Amino acid sequence: MAEDLIKECENRLPGKLVENLKKAIAKRPINQKQLKEVIKRLEEKYSYAKINPGEAIGIITAESFGEPGTQMTLRTFHFAGVAEANITLGLPRLIEIFDARKKASTPSMEIHLKEPYNKDETHLEKIISLIKEIKLKEVISKISINIMKLNIEIELNKKRMREIGVTDLTIIKSLKTELKSAEVNLKDDLLIIKPKPKEEELTLPTVYALKEKIKDIHIKGIEGITEILPIKKENEVILLTAGSNLKKVLEIKEVDGTTSTTNDIFEVASVLGIEAARQSIMNEAGKVIKDQALDIDIRHIMFIADLITNSGIIKGVTRSGITGEKESVLARASFETPIPQLVKASLIGEVDHLNSVVENVMVNQTVPLGTGLPNLVTKMKKEGEEPK
Amino acid sequence: MADVFINEKFVGTVENPEEFVKTVKSERRKQRIPPLLNISFEKKLNDIHITTGTGRARRPLIIVEDGVPKLKEEHLKLLKEGKLSWKDLEDQGIVEYLDASEEEDAYVALADKYVTKEHTHLEISPITILGIVTSLVPYANFGQSSRLNRGSKTQKQALGLYASNYLLRMDTDVSVLQYPQVPIVQSFMHEVCKYDKHPSGQNIVIALMSHEGYNMQDAIILNEGSVKRGLARSFYFRPYSVDELRYQGGLIDEIGIPDKEVKGYRLEEDYKLLEDDGIIFPEAVVEEGNVIIGKTSPPRFLGELEEFSIAANIRRESSVTIRQGEKGVVDMVVLTENEEGNKLIQIRIRDQRTPEVGDKFASRHGQKGVIGAIIPQEDMPFTAAGITPDIIFSPHCIPNRMTISHLIEIIAGKVGALSGRFVNGSVFSAEAETDLRKELLERGFRENGTERMYNGITGEEFEANIFVGNMYYLKLKHMVANKLHARAAGRIQLLTRQPIEGRSKGGGLRLGEMEKDCFVAHGASLLLKERFDSDRTEVYVCEKCGMLAIHDSFKKKPSCPKCGGNVDIAPIEISYAFKLLYDELRSLCIYPQVKLENKY
Repeated sequence: MAEDLIKECENRLPGKLVENLKKAIAKRPINQKQLKEVIKRLEEKYSYAKINPGEAIGIITAESFGEPGTQMTLRTFHFAGVAEANITLGLPRLIEIFDARKKASTPSMEIHLKEPYNKDETHLEKIISLIKEIKLKEVISKISINIMKLNIEIELNKKRMREIGVTDLTIIKSLKTELKSAEVNLKDDLLIIKPKPKEEELTLPTVYALKEKIKDIHIKGIEGITEILPIKKENEVILLTAGSNLKKVLEIKEVDGTTSTTNDIFEVASVLGIEAARQSIMNEAGKVIKDQALDIDIRHIMFIADLITNSGIIKGVTRSGITGEKESVLARASFETPIPQLVKASLIGEVDHLNSVVENVMVNQTVPLGTGLPNLVTKMKKEGEEPK
Repeated sequence: MADVFINEKFVGTVENPEEFVKTVKSERRKQRIPPLLNISFEKKLNDIHITTGTGRARRPLIIVEDGVPKLKEEHLKLLKEGKLSWKDLEDQGIVEYLDASEEEDAYVALADKYVTKEHTHLEISPITILGIVTSLVPYANFGQSSRLNRGSKTQKQALGLYASNYLLRMDTDVSVLQYPQVPIVQSFMHEVCKYDKHPSGQNIVIALMSHEGYNMQDAIILNEGSVKRGLARSFYFRPYSVDELRYQGGLIDEIGIPDKEVKGYRLEEDYKLLEDDGIIFPEAVVEEGNVIIGKTSPPRFLGELEEFSIAANIRRESSVTIRQGEKGVVDMVVLTENEEGNKLIQIRIRDQRTPEVGDKFASRHGQKGVIGAIIPQEDMPFTAAGITPDIIFSPHCIPNRMTISHLIEIIAGKVGALSGRFVNGSVFSAEAETDLRKELLERGFRENGTERMYNGITGEEFEANIFVGNMYYLKLKHMVANKLHARAAGRIQLLTRQPIEGRSKGGGLRLGEMEKDCFVAHGASLLLKERFDSDRTEVYVCEKCGMLAIHDSFKKKPSCPKCGGNVDIAPIEISYAFKLLYDELRSLCIYPQVKLENKY
């Protein structure tokens, strides 16, 4: 009987609530009458929790971020750079997320490791050396230009090479693949690079430019990850990085791909897809809010994340993103760059149906929200009929 | 080897930077290099910076060489006798000025006794740590530094005797406190700057308690008895002035009671206070709208004069009236002439301001607040000795602001008042709190400054001991009478037909962008529309082309500028600002059509 009652209310209540109800009953059985009352109250509460038609959710969301945001600005400064690595926090980070900046100012990853490796610290160094990017300038002790021969001479730092497990061969190999137009030779600990000029004669400036380029040649590890900091969190070793390269990191077999994350939302979108990016926006925004000890309802964050990602690509809350795609010409013009907006709209003869807030405020009409939502429906004038 | 920069421009290198800097400095002290030059060596960057430019803040310090200050007893003696001047000290290389960058290289001893071999300079006096106003805060070393900043800021806003010749001056927006007192708790700076010649506050009795909630947040409660006895009364002065201007064509302003034919003549009653010369008499009681200087000006455009020669002599009324919402007494009338030799009349209005709800007060510790209520003396709480406090201050203002100096001043003030002496509250060298407490105990009071108090309304004894004492309070220049503002209807702007801005012009109070958002968030659309329809207009729209049309109500005929006479037009209600936008778009050759839906 109880099952019938529950089944009956299933299409009126969300699944999660019904599930919780079932669990609660299993723990503490109640009789038919009580269950009826419980379901009745549950439905009542649920209907209260639902958003009413005509509720200005957009503005409420904006206010929910805006009000605590004013307090955040003041506190941000104190927090920057104190904890672990230097990661942008606070309002600047929130703006970065919502504006959907292509380049995060401090890309960073949180790498989790698979079962045996995440507790065992003996393998840690090896894994780090697999991930951390090594550039040529880190394994050399001297680099100079031989002006007479117009070539570059590099003295390798053997000690450092041994420490991070790089051999002469790997260096030469990566140099050869990077430098198509140069000869690479190793003569007893001295790496000599002779640029091969294409047409004109070899000049000093071109050699100098090559020298600067060589310094940054990628030798080992994953490109983009410049720093790794292992930390211990609840008996588990986690690697925090400066720089981000989700795709390459996930390819490493010791890395747990299900829990490792990056704070670069665009990278998440390209590697794991748009739904993951939505979740990532929520996580990142949530992190900032939690850091600042603010309390913003998750639904507001979900709403913004939905708006940013619902077109399948990430669009920021900017005039080139979702704000610029507003239906109303007047609303767009009142946000940023009014003149181009009006000019463009007039060129294609756009129609503004006055459906939203700003445009109705501008023409002094009721905003179709709240008390302004209901309208009287009257008989329409028919063709040729005189008004009464 | 170090790079040398003069005024941030690279000039060359020197082999031995430290030696070089030392030589420059010693040459400067010998006056062979101008003393306005400053030099500093930045070890990290290996740069020497020499600056001679303007705009550097520099401060004088006594030079120390090998652990011995160059200023000796004999110099001090000569200085006292007046045989040596400051300039001599500079010239003899005893004192030099450092700028911010050279200070980086200096090691300055705070006082004589701290000088060691490593020191390069000696502070002239350790009191220079704080400025003049900051030094006026008693027990400043017991407070939070940010509160100290605020405490000095509020002292600058306090009413007092701002200048002893204030009766002769024509200052704008100034006030004078009627019964200024010298503080009981003083610092050395009060003596140095002769504070007793220009005090700016009053010693009051303060109780730290809450009372009926009228002193929540930062509000304070004032005793009506104290107000009636003259606490915190002040005069507010406002000058009005008028020039008898001369215009092109030999026309001239005329000061005098205007004729009744004059364009813009006010009510006859408004001119009643003027004497025959058109100027008000001293000690006249005036209020808003009263004319204090009668004046007429020639017609605005000369063209008018020629065309309508009969009505040529119609002059404009341009009298000076008392500002909106202000009142007072004519304090002084000055007849003089301005730089061009025209007649100039200046009138100073004096207004007595008794404290009222909303006036701002502050102690010297950055504890500022407005009056929340003025309570009759019989309803004020009283102590066992029958003392009623002048001010009731909320205890919630203390914990998070950590202004301990505020509390100590109350004890010190109490001691001073009881024993009839001034208490020294100078920073770092004040009378110790423990001594003050001991003295308080000797006077028969609780050593912690608290007293039993009784409810003034019911007569019941309060359960808690209340902290009562004397302290110096400042009335600040922000008074509600100067800020109060409200408007129902009034003047509007010509262009947008929206209310004008500003209190002095009787402008509107803006319902801004964020306030609008609040209305929307509450779903109060109809209320929002009502709030925003200050510039509501009715316009007619041609149903055919969507342009704004004209309804000739005289002929009862519609007409559209585009489609001509025989069209259907419909009235719509829009904001004038939008009509303006519409017209501006049209002037840019954009054709915005208004499409109507749902007629009837």
